[in-house]
Amino acid sequence: MTLLSLRGLAVRYPEAGVTALAGLDLDLARGETLALVGESGSGKSQVALATLGLLPPQARVSGSVRFDGAELTGLPRPTLDRIRGARIGLVFQEPMTALDPLFPVGRQIALPLRAHRSASRRQALDRARELMGLVGIRDAASRLSAYPHELSGGERQRVMIAMALACEPDLLIADEPTTALDVTVQAQILALLADLKRRLGLALLFITHDLRLVRRIAERTAVLHAGRLVEVGPTERLFRDPRAPETRDLVAAEPAGRKGPVPGTAPVVLAARGVTVAYPGPRRGWRPGPPRLAVDGIDLTLRAGQTLGVVGESGSGKSSLGRALLRLEPAAHGLVRFEDRDLTRLDRAALRPLRRGFQPVFQDPMGSLSPRLTAGEIVAEGLRVHEPHLTAASRDARAAEAFREVRLDPAWRHRFPHAFSGGQRQRIAIARALALRPRLVVLDEPTSALDRTVQRDIVALLRELQAAHGLAYVFISHDLAVVRALADTVLVLRHGREVERGPTDRVLESPREAYTRALVAAADLDPGLAQA
Amino acid sequence: MTATILRRLAQSVPTLFIVVTLSFFLVRLAPGGPFDLERPLPAAAMENLRRVYGLDQPLLVQYGRYLAALARGDLGPSFSVRDLSVAELFARGLPVSMTLGGLALLLALGLGTALGALSALRRGSWLDHAVTTLGTFALTVPGFVVAPLLQIAFGLTLRWLPVGGWDGGSPRHLVLPVVTLALPQVAVIARLARAGLAEVFERPHWRTLRGLGLPPRILALHALRGAALPVVSYLGPAAAGLLTGSVVVETVFGLPGVGRYFVDGAINRDYTLVLGTVVLIAVFVLVLNLVADLACALIDPRLRDPG
Repeated sequence: MTLLSLRGLAVRYPEAGVTALAGLDLDLARGETLALVGESGSGKSQVALATLGLLPPQARVSGSVRFDGAELTGLPRPTLDRIRGARIGLVFQEPMTALDPLFPVGRQIALPLRAHRSASRRQALDRARELMGLVGIRDAASRLSAYPHELSGGERQRVMIAMALACEPDLLIADEPTTALDVTVQAQILALLADLKRRLGLALLFITHDLRLVRRIAERTAVLHAGRLVEVGPTERLFRDPRAPETRDLVAAEPAGRKGPVPGTAPVVLAARGVTVAYPGPRRGWRPGPPRLAVDGIDLTLRAGQTLGVVGESGSGKSSLGRALLRLEPAAHGLVRFEDRDLTRLDRAALRPLRRGFQPVFQDPMGSLSPRLTAGEIVAEGLRVHEPHLTAASRDARAAEAFREVRLDPAWRHRFPHAFSGGQRQRIAIARALALRPRLVVLDEPTSALDRTVQRDIVALLRELQAAHGLAYVFISHDLAVVRALADTVLVLRHGREVERGPTDRVLESPREAYTRALVAAADLDPGLAQA
Repeated sequence: MTATILRRLAQSVPTLFIVVTLSFFLVRLAPGGPFDLERPLPAAAMENLRRVYGLDQPLLVQYGRYLAALARGDLGPSFSVRDLSVAELFARGLPVSMTLGGLALLLALGLGTALGALSALRRGSWLDHAVTTLGTFALTVPGFVVAPLLQIAFGLTLRWLPVGGWDGGSPRHLVLPVVTLALPQVAVIARLARAGLAEVFERPHWRTLRGLGLPPRILALHALRGAALPVVSYLGPAAAGLLTGSVVVETVFGLPGVGRYFVDGAINRDYTLVLGTVVLIAVFVLVLNLVADLACALIDPRLRDPG
């Protein structure tokens, strides 16, 4: 029996001249799980927002959304409000920001009960506590009065789910519910959703960009591309026999291939001993508390052409380690040698000429590129400092050369960052590092904000550049699939300490530590791609 | 919380010290003295006066004595108002100024928040534009222009309200000065409230709340609390604005508050009165900033001290 039925659903933004959804037909049966998959900009979130009437006022919606036989589009707000939050629950991505930061989570879970079930404050809070238990929040009674910022990302996502389930809806729409979470937490949330669905007989519309998650949860999958439905069918069939080219692209999007070995005689580029990053602890009354160790005594050696993959979940200290190696972390201690120079005791001025040798590439390609400079100026900027004798023309020529190296059209270097896509921006960030001809590049989650297909291309580019220039990489990532395709050695971090270290294949195929095993299991790597 | 309050109070002592020190020496840099008249006093009388008020001592000694007295809470005698101490002048003027400032602050908060909320809900409408335009007027036209205009309109032409005087603080006498004093603050608060609400409406959690199908009453609670932070943080600067505004308003409407002491004291080179007013304003602004910060911590749990 059909619960949700979309017919010719279209969303347009006339002012921006954008068609986000171009006539979508989709059915969801009672108790069924349907995954809606697509890359960023495919319009998948628009489906969720259009269904519940949550689109911004500029959006123009046409077509039909029928829920349990009743038309939802064009309903006056009070009527719609009797359905959303009560019969349709909604879980959003950003667990950091999707909860009101100013109210205790117990009160927020109680909100829909107070609104739809006219529960008393007492009853609603009692039910909120039950719900928190249901979604697996430990010690629910005391967490009831906690604020969102006092919870972990996984707990916040559980609170969102509890809120969506409060009024026992028939349909749960989950828009990227696990995207910002660590892999082990991701696995827990998926298991929770599957379990709740079975126990409560929910229908689930699961929206994601990550095809690997779909396999674990959805019976049917619909693939969206550029606002159109390109394929829909049973999930297993879609993986076995993808028919639309866009589906094939998604299925094959996991970064493939491996990196060739590096001779043990290659020169050592980076050597670090006992790297520690200690932040001052929370104040205790009038005195500062004991320091918190973000990185605790890490040793490493990296040769030219080698890649060290640093993996760990959020808060494991991997980014702090990266900054410490780049001497960008004031709270760092320990010995760092770059080639034949000891960086430990050098001050800013003494470090500056050496910095061209070790360059960073960061995660957020939008945040790390100045919006007021053209892409070419961004790439050439470091040359002003490190090769001041260059004329403007030769700097520009070097920028053009760096553009070619990262496979961007050099003619585009006169554009500003906002005119590029996420993947192109990350290429600009890589070109900026390369323009200085470094020997070491520290890459901090450079592919995490990108779609899978774009990720695959960036991984291939990084490998090519490494082979061409004998670059050493420190590659920081939470994504084991990407690390597998890039790293010679993997270092697993947890709470700032080394958990395990070894050749990539050995660590990912036969992890020795329980924590590594959990990470590998949660990552659900495709074994077929091991040899490519 | 208590530790935070104590720490903040302790931190304001050095601020106050710097303010007092700078003002002490600055006011003495101004040419002339408190006892200079059109027709100069006989040298002996002048000498006598200077000795009585301690002005014959070296500057550093005077400074030390002032600080010692201040530490005991003694603001010293007024030089220009005979037989009254600065503290006594304040005791007479403060009730007037506090009534005026308090009412103006309440009006500004109430009206400003309401106007800001209306514009935020109807962004881009004629109402939104009207509030923005009128707000710009209220901010840019100074009090000494607004006050006479109000006096002419409501006092002389319509004869609804008196043009000045205190009359024991009767409501009729309060309306025009309070409105004059509040207008620029209404404009600022409306602007802050509008921006704060607009920001809340853009936040992902707002979408979550709307997706829960909550009634308008509950949505309003969440929106207003989210938008309250910038408004509450503005309380300190608002208090300073009201104090400087009161100088003009009390003069134009002839009210016996403390604002005009600042001008009178400065013109008469009444050193203790000027310094006393500076101390009063500084303490007032420091305390209101502290109150504003505490209120912010009450509204936003993320600002609370973990200790």
